[in-house]
Amino acid sequence: MTASMLLKTIISVVASFVLAPLLLGIINRVKAAFAGRVGQPILQPYYDIFKLLKKGFVYSTTTSWIFRLGTLISLAAIVCALLIVPCGPFPALISFKGDIFLLVYLMGVVRFITVISALDTGSSFEGMGGSREMFFSALAEPALLLALMGLAKITDSFSLTSISNTLSAADWFNNGASLALLIGTLFIVLLSENARIPIDDPNTHLELTMIHEVMVLDHSGPDFGVINYISALKLWIFSAIISPILFPIHTNNLLADFSVWLGGMVLISIAVGIVESSMARLRLTVIPQFLLGATALAITAIVLTWIG
Amino acid sequence: MRLLFTSFTIWSFTILLLIIFRRRERLCSVAGGLGLVAGSLFAIAAGVTTLLSGLYERVYLNWNYLGDKVSFTLDPLAAWFVIPVCGLSLLAAIYAIAYDWDAETGYSKSFSWILFILLVASMVVVICAANGIVFLMAWEVMAVSSFFLVVRDSGNSHSSQDAGWIYLIATHLGTVFLVILFLFAQAQTGSFEFMVWEKQGLIIPNRSLLFLLAVIGFGTKAGFVPFHIWLPEAHPAAPSYISAVMSGVMIKTGIYGLIRSIGWFGASIPHWWGIAVLVIGIVSGVLGVLFAIAQHDLKRLLAYHSVENIGIITIGIGIGMVGLSYNNAGLIFLGFTGAVLHVLNHAVFKGLLFLGAGSVLHSTEEREINKMGGLLKRMPLTGVAFLVGAMAISGLPPLNGFVSELTIFVSGVHSLLSKDVTIGLCGAAIVGGLALIGGLAAACFAKAFGIIFVGEPRSDKCSKADESSPLMTIPMLVLAVLCLVIGLTGAFIVSGVAPQIVQNISKTSNLDITMYQTQLSTALMYVGLTGGLLILLLAIFALVKKALMTNRPVSYGLTWDCGYAKPTTRMQYTASSFAQPFLELFKPILRTKYHYHVHSPDNLFPQSAKFHTETPDICHTEVYRPVFLKISEILMKFRFLQHGYIQIYILYIALALILLLIWKIG
Repeated sequence: MTASMLLKTIISVVASFVLAPLLLGIINRVKAAFAGRVGQPILQPYYDIFKLLKKGFVYSTTTSWIFRLGTLISLAAIVCALLIVPCGPFPALISFKGDIFLLVYLMGVVRFITVISALDTGSSFEGMGGSREMFFSALAEPALLLALMGLAKITDSFSLTSISNTLSAADWFNNGASLALLIGTLFIVLLSENARIPIDDPNTHLELTMIHEVMVLDHSGPDFGVINYISALKLWIFSAIISPILFPIHTNNLLADFSVWLGGMVLISIAVGIVESSMARLRLTVIPQFLLGATALAITAIVLTWIG
Repeated sequence: MRLLFTSFTIWSFTILLLIIFRRRERLCSVAGGLGLVAGSLFAIAAGVTTLLSGLYERVYLNWNYLGDKVSFTLDPLAAWFVIPVCGLSLLAAIYAIAYDWDAETGYSKSFSWILFILLVASMVVVICAANGIVFLMAWEVMAVSSFFLVVRDSGNSHSSQDAGWIYLIATHLGTVFLVILFLFAQAQTGSFEFMVWEKQGLIIPNRSLLFLLAVIGFGTKAGFVPFHIWLPEAHPAAPSYISAVMSGVMIKTGIYGLIRSIGWFGASIPHWWGIAVLVIGIVSGVLGVLFAIAQHDLKRLLAYHSVENIGIITIGIGIGMVGLSYNNAGLIFLGFTGAVLHVLNHAVFKGLLFLGAGSVLHSTEEREINKMGGLLKRMPLTGVAFLVGAMAISGLPPLNGFVSELTIFVSGVHSLLSKDVTIGLCGAAIVGGLALIGGLAAACFAKAFGIIFVGEPRSDKCSKADESSPLMTIPMLVLAVLCLVIGLTGAFIVSGVAPQIVQNISKTSNLDITMYQTQLSTALMYVGLTGGLLILLLAIFALVKKALMTNRPVSYGLTWDCGYAKPTTRMQYTASSFAQPFLELFKPILRTKYHYHVHSPDNLFPQSAKFHTETPDICHTEVYRPVFLKISEILMKFRFLQHGYIQIYILYIALALILLLIWKIG
């Protein structure tokens, strides 16, 4: 990697950290448009995070150091995870054969720590949220990894950077069906892991489907701001993985490629917004079938690569 | 090898001392502990020197037994197993001194230390045996000494004694298969020496049958599903440090045996062997972790996790064997490296978790997870160590579990990218299976840690718990640090010792593994660097937060329960509630029994209600119990032969002898 390329890569990574909450803003605007409202400003997620970061701290007397350190461990892990994901045409700072697994397991760290922090409050609501979070992600993890394996199979490479660089429009002609199925799987996993409808609802925490939001009931002030930012980064990571499959375009103009990639991310956010506006939440008992269905899509995609 | 004999000398000398001073309990504890530690140190040194030099040492004693000289060998593969065996036993011995110091144990201190030393020594002999007879004798000493340790504290408790019997019967049934295998091998080659078997190769028409004998025989010790049923029985009954040694390293002797036996069957093994082992691995992994989630006895839960981790190791062995049969260097290297790395890693974190469970048990006298809670504040060191172990066993970076799971994942990708559809499907199965196992294991340990160590105590004993003595916490902290160190430095292990071990297993020195080795150590290098970055970032964030907290208002209050201000500790989520969605989805396999005892209210409010779940092992209830009941029913028909008169028994013997004589003469 040349020095100028490294510089550009670093700029693209910084851009990711800055732009991540914007996706949440876009989703909210799309939902507002569907509901016939003007909606909150597109930068509202930033305002929320900054406002929370300025506040004081409130802790439950039940909690231990796990609760206080938990958000920071999650933030550190998600930052490392983001460094594995390539920003469009720019390679990831951490890239090696097998980095897919490091990415998925770093997000596993975030989840594990969030769940034990939730249990640290001793609240039965948060315990319930933690249990469901672990349950659904245990089922989503095979789907996610098998989908990424499908991409590896199609591109014959297994680091995220090389997958994103190798994918080309030709793959859509040769393995179009597989790619479409893989996008389906990845999109379902995106919805599930980011607490989106139809699995969870990011706006409520006291309903019968409470999963992710209920786990962070006792987080307040800067801790909660950090958690909101972590959610934004998580959504960014998933979108950043899907976007290069949607538009596997490699011109020699890095800026153009980068813009196409960002455009893909915006499209994904709009799609999330549309799903959230047009669907009801699934019944809890149906969600496992939904996630197993996603796994089945990924397996089908892999099998199709041998036939195709 | 000389170092190894020094260990044996120290151990024998310690046993002698323990016999002489058997009445002086305190002295026995100290002497036994020190002897075990000193001997183990020499054995570790022997292992490390062999690994670093890559030499194959072989020693023949001038002692003929059944036609062969008694012989031992110390090659890289054996050395790799000797190190965790002695390392974990060393730490467990230090822990045991404090654990048993004031405890009322079933045996005298002297006897239980003798058994412990015999167990460790026999494991080392099993690993270094180069001769079938020596192997089986050590195997038997290992089984019997561990059996006596399992039932040590059982007293008059029938369930503990039953647990011991189940273990003894299971391990002996497994041994039967090994005896048959060894006799067949001797019949074909005329020798009990492993080296002869390797050179000639047990190539007979039905060698697949022999391989199955090896899988069942070694698999019973290792805990493959469905031969695993003794694990969840024996571990809860045994003293915790013995559970740590048994679960952390003793079951690995089964894995060692299986890996060693691959070399006996000649060069080209059938494709389906590897695939069968792979399937056993995935099934053991998934079922092990599923049954673990359903348990609310801490040690039973950990025992099922051993089944799961043995499954992960076996996945690695399976794909390595697939590599051997297809002559695919990448799969051979990645599969076996993943398997042996996980052998070490599992010894470290499972040893840690069992010692942690022992520390909790020692302090709260409680094994039932649902009655614990809030122990992190009362037992901070045990809590931190257990958290590290829990994250490591869930395969989370930057800890050691991730290093070996990544290696096996990478072997999965390599097979997936292969042109051959069979290998490709194996790869998909590995990645999907391991991902499911990983997710479920994380759920199980979020439950275990979250219910035991955080929240509010759910019983009086837990609210009065105290931290264990330093002799118990230090071994746990050492293991916790090891989890992190191996997690960060996996690359050096792979580039330093993995090639010797893999070459030792595959028996070919011209395997071109350089590319895969570089690839894997690069990956692990990055994993280590990312882990370092994670810790650095965490430190920075923590400093920033500390600065913020000094000049911002920090207030404390009750946990927010929707405005309810009088929570009791019993309102917390329990382990059973945490596991409920899993039990529901996997109902066809787990078959959890729900017991409700709700009395209809006779006043304004209902007075008492009870709810209880249990998840018996499906293999135990559906397979073994009916079979054994049937066998005992048939055998009962021969009850009439037993009268209790010794004269009649002598008559039986005499009659049998006469019949044999007639048969021989006629």
